[in-house]
Amino acid sequence: MAEKIKASILWQLYIVFFRVGFFTIGGGYAMLPMLRKEVVEKYKWATDDEMMDYFAIGQSTPGIIAINTSTFIGYKKAGVLGAIVSTLGMVTPSWIIIISIAIFFEQFADNQIVQSAFSGIRVVVVVLILNAVVKMGKKSITNWISAAIAVAAFLIIFLTALSPIYVVIGSALIGVLMYATKREVTE
Amino acid sequence: MELLFLFWIFFKVGLFTVGGGLAAIPLIQAEVISREWLTQLQFADMIAVSESTPGPIGVNIATYVGYSQFGAIGSVVATIGIVMPSVIIIILIAKLVKRFRDHHIVEGIFTGLRPAVTGLILGAAASISLIALFNKDLYDSTGKVIDFINLPAVIMFFVFLFMTNKWKHHPIYYIVIAGIIGIFIF
Repeated sequence: MAEKIKASILWQLYIVFFRVGFFTIGGGYAMLPMLRKEVVEKYKWATDDEMMDYFAIGQSTPGIIAINTSTFIGYKKAGVLGAIVSTLGMVTPSWIIIISIAIFFEQFADNQIVQSAFSGIRVVVVVLILNAVVKMGKKSITNWISAAIAVAAFLIIFLTALSPIYVVIGSALIGVLMYATKREVTE
Repeated sequence: MELLFLFWIFFKVGLFTVGGGLAAIPLIQAEVISREWLTQLQFADMIAVSESTPGPIGVNIATYVGYSQFGAIGSVVATIGIVMPSVIIIILIAKLVKRFRDHHIVEGIFTGLRPAVTGLILGAAASISLIALFNKDLYDSTGKVIDFINLPAVIMFFVFLFMTNKWKHHPIYYIVIAGIIGIFIF
């Protein structure tokens, strides 16, 4: 099985994920149409079904969905090296763009106009995050237990200095326990 | 050594970011605020920039925070840190687990995790709202309730809450509009 992976495939993976990273603003679901076009339609590296599988796995594993999905496709196409190259392709645009903006912003951060603009933008950041929370909540809060978990997580992060990592670990354990007891009852 | 520490911090963030979307925000926020690397204000601005520039938001914020602490090399180290757990875990899953999604334990984990992540992100929004919509510092010094509320910002908040739910445009449009309005009213 020791297939030799051609450098051209690795280069192609890098370029494709660079393009996806460069042309999608927002990551996650915003990236899916572009990714589909490149990976399914243009290069035929995966079928639509496989693509949806990768995406679903990307959502239910630790890490950023866009990165998880690109790693998965890269691995399927060209092994460990493919996974690494695809991920690097996906993050390179962020490096270039964010560093450029940071350099620019350092020089203009004290500018009154820039400060006023960001005072307005911060308001919208709150709105945008809140909208995302409502959307997530509609799916994730389905009974009183999940509502209690959400409220507890909110209170812990907002009122205490406890790391959110403990909330992540704790809620995952509660979920496993809930699932285990439910199975015992039904079986 | 400091770069190794930066790497470790973002490795942890990558490992415990689950559920996508903005899930990395509360984790990064807790790390950078508790270490006093950034103020709540600077962090809020980084979110805005990360949401309106190409690339996944989590990667953009990691890049930005890394750059702000250790320059270009810091941005590369932070980004590699945040993606490293993904690369390792996905390769393992692709290799070992055939039907990952059907595993009962995974379903169980997510039953608990999803509402918690929702609550955590709401917490991140609440702490940003303290500086975006309210004047906590001014209130602390004067003690007057009226000073606590940043009225133009609160009005703007409700207008945009209405607009974003009525017309579903890409966030970048609202960020640009809000920036322009901000120049005139703040």
